[in-house]
Amino acid sequence: MTTGKIALLLVDAVGRHGQLQAVKSLSLSIAENEVVALIGANGAGKTTLMRMLAGLHPLAEGRLALFGNDVTALPAHDRVKAGIVLSPEGRRLFGDMTVRENLMIAAENGRRGDWTVATACDAFPQIVPLLDRPAGGLSGGQRQAVAIARALVANPSVLLLDEVSLGLSPAAVDGVYQSLAALRGRMTMVVVEQDLTRAMSFAERLICMAEGVLELDGNPAVLTREEITNAYFGIHKTTGASHA
Amino acid sequence: MTKTPLLGMASADRRLIWLAASALAVLAILPAFGSALAVDKLTYLFILIMFATMWNLLAGYAGLVSVGQQAFVGLGGYAMVRMVDAGLPPFPAIFIAALCTGVVAWAMSWFVLRMKAGEFAIATWVIAEAIRAMVSFDPIIQGETGTSITALNAYAPEMRRLTIYLLALATTALMVWGSWKLLQGRTGAEAQAIRDDEEAAASVGISTFQVKQRIYILASIGCAVAGTLWLASAITFQPRTGFGVQWSVFMLFMVLVGGIGTFIGPILGALLFFALQEIFGDFGAWYLAGVGIVAILFALYLPRGIVGLWLDKGRDEPLTMRKRLGI
Repeated sequence: MTTGKIALLLVDAVGRHGQLQAVKSLSLSIAENEVVALIGANGAGKTTLMRMLAGLHPLAEGRLALFGNDVTALPAHDRVKAGIVLSPEGRRLFGDMTVRENLMIAAENGRRGDWTVATACDAFPQIVPLLDRPAGGLSGGQRQAVAIARALVANPSVLLLDEVSLGLSPAAVDGVYQSLAALRGRMTMVVVEQDLTRAMSFAERLICMAEGVLELDGNPAVLTREEITNAYFGIHKTTGASHA
Repeated sequence: MTKTPLLGMASADRRLIWLAASALAVLAILPAFGSALAVDKLTYLFILIMFATMWNLLAGYAGLVSVGQQAFVGLGGYAMVRMVDAGLPPFPAIFIAALCTGVVAWAMSWFVLRMKAGEFAIATWVIAEAIRAMVSFDPIIQGETGTSITALNAYAPEMRRLTIYLLALATTALMVWGSWKLLQGRTGAEAQAIRDDEEAAASVGISTFQVKQRIYILASIGCAVAGTLWLASAITFQPRTGFGVQWSVFMLFMVLVGGIGTFIGPILGALLFFALQEIFGDFGAWYLAGVGIVAILFALYLPRGIVGLWLDKGRDEPLTMRKRLGI
């Protein structure tokens, strides 16, 4: 699937919220067109890591390279132009605008490429009837589809999807993943997913975070459930320490 | 981005634009017939419309709730005092002073725009107070006493009144037209995205800082022009008045009552505020209580302001800035 080129290279990255280190000296390399699922308990630092990759949260230490170019200092909007696009947690559409306007504003500000409002509509046919509706009035599944389409029209080389299935009905989750499957091989994807089964079946690489560090990094076809569960709760490391 | 020719607009909107154009024409020749008092009052109304339009750009479209716009009202006035003192004729000074204020706004923008909403509101106010204190130290201002632009007395009162009236009318028309153009364009769409969700706006590649900075500087220059025009008609500059928080309170009142984030809301709000001042202004402190009650009633029952009356009936917002991205 992957070409062997390194799309994202994160070296010794630290992400802070005040005194708290949400991401602790984390290094990670993701190949071009690789599909990565990022899992971990609440508070593990997943969203902070995604925001750091997107440029929405500063790296207190460390650096980030995109296809060999250092992008550590680039603000979020310039990272979009470089090719890193985040579909944020909670979808966060522009509620007062129509779906079409949501897509157009992303298309205007993002990179030029194969993805346009029209091709995004082909990939997500469920949004076509919604184009002229205000984004604020959509259901959760519709919002997620629009949010991903909005990220696509910016023509990302690295697509970051935070909390893909959170708050969606199982049917809506199926629809979203079907569309995502069509993107395989066209871009690098990093997906934060709470549903372990879903993450294991969709991704070719599974990364588990706990308390700001990488606990596990491997092929979901090879990893056992037990290994993943242990990593999820950070069990092997923190013997004796209790987390309320 | 498509242009919206007049023909493509709703007929109600077209009528509104013709109405505005006719009003402008009538107002332009009105001083030939109207009394001096009417001319003075209308000048004040224009200044209110400018303030409301500028504050709506900030809060209604860029999500920047500033309670420190008096910094630019006062600074504009102060710059004008200084320039006239240095020998510049007062009428050009009105505009040059406002542009200089824009430079200060540019410098301030680098740090105030990095703050979150609540911090921004408070910081802008604190900065306004700090600038007021500094300006009071200037010997020419004579502390709280203030000073007068005596150079304006060189003009005959009639001629001065007429000039300020026409300048205020032209500037108001320019500002309303300019903000229309701005909001119809890309900046307007981007500002609306930022207001809806700043982080999502950054995630789709909008340079949120630049958009906010552009609007912040424009709104600051706008408030400064309104301030210098007001000073030109009032002649006396006092730091307490020029930098008074009442300016921001007026702006906030007009925009909220008219309809925040709508195009004609602030103009309607300015008209209502002007009417309230005219009718109840003589009641002193009770007048302020009345204005407060009106604000509370609007907040409780008409949170979308006067324009909300249209929207509640299911009608389209007049001269809406939505759909500007339509293809």
